Amino acid sequence: MTAVMQPGTEHVNTNPASADIALRATDVSCWFGKRKVLEGINLAIPRHTVVALIGPSGCGKSTFLRTLNRMHELVPSAALAGSVELDGKDIYGNELRPSEVRKRIGMVFQKPNPFPAMSIRENVLAGLKLTGQKSNDADQLVEWALMRASLWNEVRDRLDSPGGSLSGGQQQRLCIARSLAVKPDVLLMDEPCSALDPTSTRRIEETISEVSEEVTIVIVTHNMQQAQRVSDECAFFLAEENQPGRIVEAGSTEQMFGNPVDPRTNDYVNGRFG
Amino acid sequence: MTAPITATSLAPNDDKPRTLSAPLSRGDRIYRSITVGGALFSLVVMALIAIFLFREAWPALSKAGGSFFTTFEWGPDDEPAIYGIGSMLFGTVVIALIALVVAVPISIGAALFINEYTPLRFRAAFITMVDLLAAIPSLIFGLWGLAFLQPRLDGPARWLSEWLDFIPIFKTTVPIFGSSLFVSGLVLALMIIPIITAIARAVMAEVPRVYCEAALALGGTRSGMIREVVLPFAKGGLIGASMLGLGRALGETIAVALILSNDFRIPDNVLSPGGASIAGTIALKFGEASTNGRSALVAAGLVLFFVTLLVNIVARGVVARTKAPAGAKK
Amino acid sequence: MTVALRPRRPNRIRPSDAIRSFGVFGASMILTLGLFLVTPLDGPLGFVVLGFTVFVALQYAVVRQIMDRKHAVDHIVTTLVYGCATLTALPLVLIVGTVVAKGLPGLSLNFFTKTLEGVDPSAGPKVGGALHAITGTLTQVGFAMIVTVPFGILTAVYLTEIKGRFTGIVRLLVDAMSGIPSIVAGLFVYAIWVVGPGNGFSGLAAALALSILMLPTVARTTEEMLKLVDPSLREASLALGSPQWRTVWQVVLPTARSGIITAVILGIARVAGETAPLLMTAFGNDRVVNPGAALHEPQSALPLFIFQQLAQDQRERAWTGALVLIGLVLILFLIARFISRTAKTAR
Repeated sequence: MTAVMQPGTEHVNTNPASADIALRATDVSCWFGKRKVLEGINLAIPRHTVVALIGPSGCGKSTFLRTLNRMHELVPSAALAGSVELDGKDIYGNELRPSEVRKRIGMVFQKPNPFPAMSIRENVLAGLKLTGQKSNDADQLVEWALMRASLWNEVRDRLDSPGGSLSGGQQQRLCIARSLAVKPDVLLMDEPCSALDPTSTRRIEETISEVSEEVTIVIVTHNMQQAQRVSDECAFFLAEENQPGRIVEAGSTEQMFGNPVDPRTNDYVNGRFG
Repeated sequence: MTAPITATSLAPNDDKPRTLSAPLSRGDRIYRSITVGGALFSLVVMALIAIFLFREAWPALSKAGGSFFTTFEWGPDDEPAIYGIGSMLFGTVVIALIALVVAVPISIGAALFINEYTPLRFRAAFITMVDLLAAIPSLIFGLWGLAFLQPRLDGPARWLSEWLDFIPIFKTTVPIFGSSLFVSGLVLALMIIPIITAIARAVMAEVPRVYCEAALALGGTRSGMIREVVLPFAKGGLIGASMLGLGRALGETIAVALILSNDFRIPDNVLSPGGASIAGTIALKFGEASTNGRSALVAAGLVLFFVTLLVNIVARGVVARTKAPAGAKK
Repeated sequence: MTVALRPRRPNRIRPSDAIRSFGVFGASMILTLGLFLVTPLDGPLGFVVLGFTVFVALQYAVVRQIMDRKHAVDHIVTTLVYGCATLTALPLVLIVGTVVAKGLPGLSLNFFTKTLEGVDPSAGPKVGGALHAITGTLTQVGFAMIVTVPFGILTAVYLTEIKGRFTGIVRLLVDAMSGIPSIVAGLFVYAIWVVGPGNGFSGLAAALALSILMLPTVARTTEEMLKLVDPSLREASLALGSPQWRTVWQVVLPTARSGIITAVILGIARVAGETAPLLMTAFGNDRVVNPGAALHEPQSALPLFIFQQLAQDQRERAWTGALVLIGLVLILFLIARFISRTAKTAR
């Protein structure tokens, strides 16, 4: 690893063969209108790992997360440069439609947002309905997804009650189950625990570890301990004053927290700013 | 030496909230009473409308009794006088339903266009255009409907009567079209589209974006998001918006008066000349009516007042409930 | 190392999609031309309807073939939504176009300077004018403003500033009032005023009917505008020890001034074109009635003029009246928009 990361340098932590890369962002820059919020991001995300994006607020990590499944462009003035490859195919290219990209790269949001008009069961199956798929055994899929999101035991008897009747933490796990039900390759999580209490946060973190056996997870978090607990790899984003966000350093979580190369990373992970 | 800090605690449940009083100054008391008085003006007006319409309608109502609604003939100035708004009520409802059937889908489509499809920089322009359309006087709609739209609807009416005559309302005996419930209904549809569109747009804009984003993030298309998230969420408000359009269509006067042939027989189809509406009849007959006839027309107006009032109040209630749905977090 | 960064705008339409849509459009036009000869549709309207149907069907088939059912449905919905938007926008263009085309030939200076007093009804549209109607409309709307503006503002102040125990019922009634059919407002004024001894048809009666229709617009628009006033301004004023009435009078209302003007103009635009209530209140007159005499004399108004000319089969004069009326309403509307927009950006 080089000591200081420059844009254009690939931040690969363990240098795995490229077949083991689930998502590869190359030279990604983002704008909102004329304002550039991210510049020259290169990041390869290895398959079946949990990658945490950390950094102070306003450094562009959420924007970057949203470029990974084409949610960034929902803001009308949004633009971006570079490419993001899913299994070697550019998700912004002509081969893939946005809806296909989003089906394969799911997302869990900051605030739990189960569809209010739907029951728990319908919420889990919403993705199927939205992507026009038929399930041969919907009941089994509901059970599987809720089981994976470690919510099954709590809701098995009331699958038909509205999703909004659950507690905040349960709602967030329902959202995870909803995303898992369409069998994505990658799951993006945008500060999934920031609206939750410590106990619910713990449950979500356990869920993340469990799910990561099958799905690649990219999680944005403000919480240093959480990043340490759940992630295998970390990328540290930083935006200098009036500058677009960049990656300062990326590496295994152990190294990033134990022995970071860049002094700024050291300051951040030890809580000296941000 | 300063006094030591002291802390004592109250026995449980020994506390009572004290009343906070803020005596108003004389200026504020005057200000408050003037404002309350001004605000209650609407209450007074609504009460006066009901009272005075009823007083003026009483001579006719007392003579007609319950047959006012069930008689299908109108001749308060005839000898003997006949009071019956049955056919007018029928015509009013049919025209309003035609208008609603045409206007509701178009309005929801236009509202979706503004909220979800149009590029941001055209959005304001399109909203202004819808408001402009709502500002055009109904007289002009009627004039335009009579001179421009009606001749051009002759072909479609003929087509409907030839190819869809298995549907009773399109089955005509004589191929004469125009001055009909159909044309009136279409003109009213154009008039209520801006009203329904404006409210439907406002209601659907209340759908929290987090749900829309969740639907898209699951791999849904824009239409899938609309079907699964936007429409279910806004359903009540859309019903309310349609009802407000219905209220407007029921009370619309001049456009119908200009187009409809105002004939008190119940027409057997909607394409041929015939039919009458309450509001249109009042406008057309008022000038020539005698005292007795005017009393009867006011009675018809009273019925219209209560029907539209009911529709409007229910509609507002439904819209208000959708705007603040219980348990929905933003 | 420098990387050439060329922004992409992924939310724009892809060229490949645009080309495909154009292809489908061309193909459906050709198909429509062929089908048009064999289907029972005729006229330009029939062609448009058939063309639209063919386009939707063909697009569904093509997209389903190269993508999937979900995207095919999405394309249909998109096409329908654009169709609805067109159907909403088209009438405005057609109505304004028709009124201008039919009304312009009859427009002359006479229309604004002469009346119909002593004019033979069958004389051409350029003989005589609508001065009596235009002044009538101005008088009635002016009177209506005198009633509506204070009550409208008081209602709005009550709803936003006092929020007393009548708030719910007042808001409900104002909303219900906005749904009153205009003809009912006319009948009401007829019943409460016109039939009264010594009253009769008059410009004043018309103004009363118009106020009932105008009040809800003024009250609710003003309410919305007062809600936009920054709450901290109110608190700042109260914290200085100013009484409530002074806060409203010297802080809230001046801040929302342009908003209130917008509300009044929108109210005027709403009632200036009302016809039905005038039939049983103003009744009509062929000569100019000055504001003082309008308190007890029948008076004309622009919408009434149009309606009565139409009843006498004087269509050209009616269209010219319609042109002036629509011009008045649209100009008022655009002024209101302009004021409210500058007010919003200034705030």
